[in-house]
Amino acid sequence: MTIDTVKTQVTTDSQEPSPGAMMRKRIFTHWGFMIGAFVLIAIFLMALLAPYISPGDPFDQVLSRKLIPPIWSDSAKATWEHPLGTDHLGRDYMTRLFYGARISLLIGFGAMLISGVIGTTLGVLAGYYGGRVDMVVNFIITTRLSMPVVLVALAVVSIVGSSLTVVIWVLGLLIWDRFAVVMRSATQQVRALDFVTSAQALGCSTPRILLTEVMPNITNHLIVIATLEMAHAILLEAALSFLGLGVQPPEPSWGLMISEAKGMIFFDPWLITIPGLALFALVLSINLLGDGIRDVTAPENRN
Amino acid sequence: MSDVVLEARDVTRTFMISGGFMKPKRPLHAVNGIDLRIRQGEVLALVGESGCGKTTLAKMLLGLLPPTSGSLQLDGKPIETMDRLRVAQTVQPIFQDPYSSLNPRKSIGSIITLPLKVQGDKDPGTWRKRADEIMELVGLPRRVYNNYPSQLSGGQRQRVAIARALINRPRIVICDEPTSALDVSVQSQILNLLQDLREELGLTYLVISHNLAVVEHMATRVAVMYLGRIVEEEDAGTLFDTPKHPYSKALLESVLTPDPSLGVPDTHLGAAYPNPLDMPSGCRFHPRCIKAMPHCSTTAPRKIPFGDGHVECHLYDENEGKGKLAS
Amino acid sequence: MPENSHSKRVLEVKRLNVEIPVPTGLLRPVQDVSLHVDRGETLCVVGESGCGKSLTSLAIMDLLPTKAKRACDEMRLSGDTVFDIGERAMSDIRGDRMSMIFQEPMTSLNPAYTIGNQLVEALQRHRNVSKAQARDRAIYLLEKVGITAAASRLGQYPHQLSGGLRQRVMIAMALMCGPDLIIADEPTTALDVTIQAQILHLLSDLQREFQMGMILITHDLGVVARIADRVAVMYAGQVVETGTAEQIFNAPQHPYTRGLLDCIPIPGKTKRGARLGAIPGIVPSLVGHMSGCHFASRCPQAHEGCETGDIELLPTAQPGHVCRCLLTQTPGTPVHETEGAAS
Repeated sequence: MTIDTVKTQVTTDSQEPSPGAMMRKRIFTHWGFMIGAFVLIAIFLMALLAPYISPGDPFDQVLSRKLIPPIWSDSAKATWEHPLGTDHLGRDYMTRLFYGARISLLIGFGAMLISGVIGTTLGVLAGYYGGRVDMVVNFIITTRLSMPVVLVALAVVSIVGSSLTVVIWVLGLLIWDRFAVVMRSATQQVRALDFVTSAQALGCSTPRILLTEVMPNITNHLIVIATLEMAHAILLEAALSFLGLGVQPPEPSWGLMISEAKGMIFFDPWLITIPGLALFALVLSINLLGDGIRDVTAPENRN
Repeated sequence: MSDVVLEARDVTRTFMISGGFMKPKRPLHAVNGIDLRIRQGEVLALVGESGCGKTTLAKMLLGLLPPTSGSLQLDGKPIETMDRLRVAQTVQPIFQDPYSSLNPRKSIGSIITLPLKVQGDKDPGTWRKRADEIMELVGLPRRVYNNYPSQLSGGQRQRVAIARALINRPRIVICDEPTSALDVSVQSQILNLLQDLREELGLTYLVISHNLAVVEHMATRVAVMYLGRIVEEEDAGTLFDTPKHPYSKALLESVLTPDPSLGVPDTHLGAAYPNPLDMPSGCRFHPRCIKAMPHCSTTAPRKIPFGDGHVECHLYDENEGKGKLAS
Repeated sequence: MPENSHSKRVLEVKRLNVEIPVPTGLLRPVQDVSLHVDRGETLCVVGESGCGKSLTSLAIMDLLPTKAKRACDEMRLSGDTVFDIGERAMSDIRGDRMSMIFQEPMTSLNPAYTIGNQLVEALQRHRNVSKAQARDRAIYLLEKVGITAAASRLGQYPHQLSGGLRQRVMIAMALMCGPDLIIADEPTTALDVTIQAQILHLLSDLQREFQMGMILITHDLGVVARIADRVAVMYAGQVVETGTAEQIFNAPQHPYTRGLLDCIPIPGKTKRGARLGAIPGIVPSLVGHMSGCHFASRCPQAHEGCETGDIELLPTAQPGHVCRCLLTQTPGTPVHETEGAAS
């Protein structure tokens, strides 16, 4: 470096690029984030465009064409008409897979949204106010943690009856605990910082402080938990559907597809492998994205 | 004497500290019966070691923490009954650590104009102009308006914090260790700036610090705090020339002036800073005091007026009642 | 002369450099630093944050972060080379022949063990002594550092002690093996003023009594003036001036040292409320190679010659006083060749 560049560095006080620019740079160099985002976007597009890109109708049963294997099998029955074959009722498997992505994403997103609102509200209030509020919230969290999620969900669904809406609400109301725990401790840390005291001294109202001073500094934690809980909800839905208490047939849920195929695992293994792999890819991509967001937004926490 | 703008009358703040599982909570008297008057235009320094209650007192004076007992008055009116925005217009804080006092997710511009927004300033069109004015006043280049705190140096961040505190032109500024997190060369710039701003804007300062060199440089009056009490309060000149309380003396002896011909001072203070949960009986300072007398451990000293100030120490008991004669 | 001076020389470091790869290039936080400490001598390394003073001490202890690389011409502890001798040999020396005291006593003591355990362990790791002997030494040293009822303190955990007491325990631990050299990195910064004076008092007493060499790293010029025999002022990775405390404080040569001394209010000297001196500008980035004087961009006396070439530490008119500035240099050879010019 010559003396000229030294001089310019001395005169420009902002040697560092803006936080936004630095984050963009970190995003594009983080392979986990990029892979996760790519797969998730692909699945999302698959779900969104299902009516246009599907080869058939998810509910059309053609019993004469049942159990056609996917095209990569050696069987003579394999045909490009059904690239992923058909199930035991002769429904096009690829179509059902595409429509199934809709249900998985809908449930994951819906349950995450409900649990996120509940958990964040409780956690932020407990962390900010402390004292009695904190005690009450802690009690609610402990109560919630003492309930086994799958058993409670099974019980509720078997009493109320099963539908997509019921599953979303039951899961949403059951998995907010991690949001509450993490948001509580994140808020406690931020609340102790001087800029919050300064906002109080400026006469800011409490909602304003929570929204403009506290929330922006805990959103990175929030996003990470949100991705984890979304994956969690998707897996729980699959489990419920597998047990026959989630989404009801003939809806094409991935969990239900696995459940319907379990009798044929030895003779037609693709029936269980394909939705299983799809579920695996979805959950993995969400988790990769979550880890990526954590690394990208809080570089000081790495290493 | 000029008018009192901010006053604490027999203020106490007690925190309940949990004693552990299934144990009763114990009271921690962070501030214990303090009287303090800040007069228009003066620089009152509050001096003491960590844990003596300085910061709790500052929070109460800002109206952020209600006292357990006693009253705090701003311009003669109790702070608790006043509108938060009114208090905020008159009293503003500057904090020690410029790294935690600025929200990292906000631009400098929105940090500096936040006070205008909060006060519901009628004229958003003038915000940018007012921000430019205050930034020039505190010595910040205009181009940092759209930057973020992470892009500024420690000294610049502290200037941003000062700009935010002053944009609504408060009359009283409470500076909590305003320079102790800064480098020496930056510290002097901030001290100069605070002095200039005081003259230019007619500000009243309450400076909280443990750095006595800084205090001696800035303060017109000094209050020495020990374990929740003000043990001595004097004019800065008097206190630095003839400290009365043994604790004030020890504090002054501990100041390390950069003079290589002097060695490390021996303060003769007991090492153990008492546990504030388990306050010593009588005079709180007696376990560390070299001049402790037998009755110091049993009877708490009373406030003895001295000239313009007062001291709380049994050494000066004979002066009690003589009032302003002694000094 | 070298033979003679080595007998009392505890530490000799010549031309130490530290480099850390960062996304924007190669950061060089320590450049060409030469230091030496004699038996019974206190060297204060003073400078502002980011000047490289802490990394210098970590480089001497071989405790740098893994990414950092160090290089030097010579590094000797009481005559034995301690540079690149391998991690095992180094960890035998660390805590034995040289030990370190850190700023934050709470984080440098292990909260899960009693202080007795930690003190005994510090000795037994390096010496083949019985537990009882180690315990006796621990009690002896705790009493030395001014802790009353030392025997009963051995069973306490760090969180049961106040900050000042913890720092005393840290000092006792550093002394367990009777080191030749103690490096104290901001040992009193986290403490209150009255406790700070006590700890400094203790350090200088112990150092005199045990005739150790001590490097004290601090940003506080008051501490430096009171405790140092010799002072090294660092700026932007380099030592800019070295001399006795009297030379540095009474007749500073480097413009940076003079600027620093103007910045602090001195009770009794500075007029109350008067304007303090200031050093305008900011510290240059230490990424990449920089030619010329590092202080040139902020120096009121800088001229064109200051911005080119490497400026060496050269002796001034005073014996033992060296300065990295073109203004103060009398023609002569660089310090590194004139052995002991700064002693």
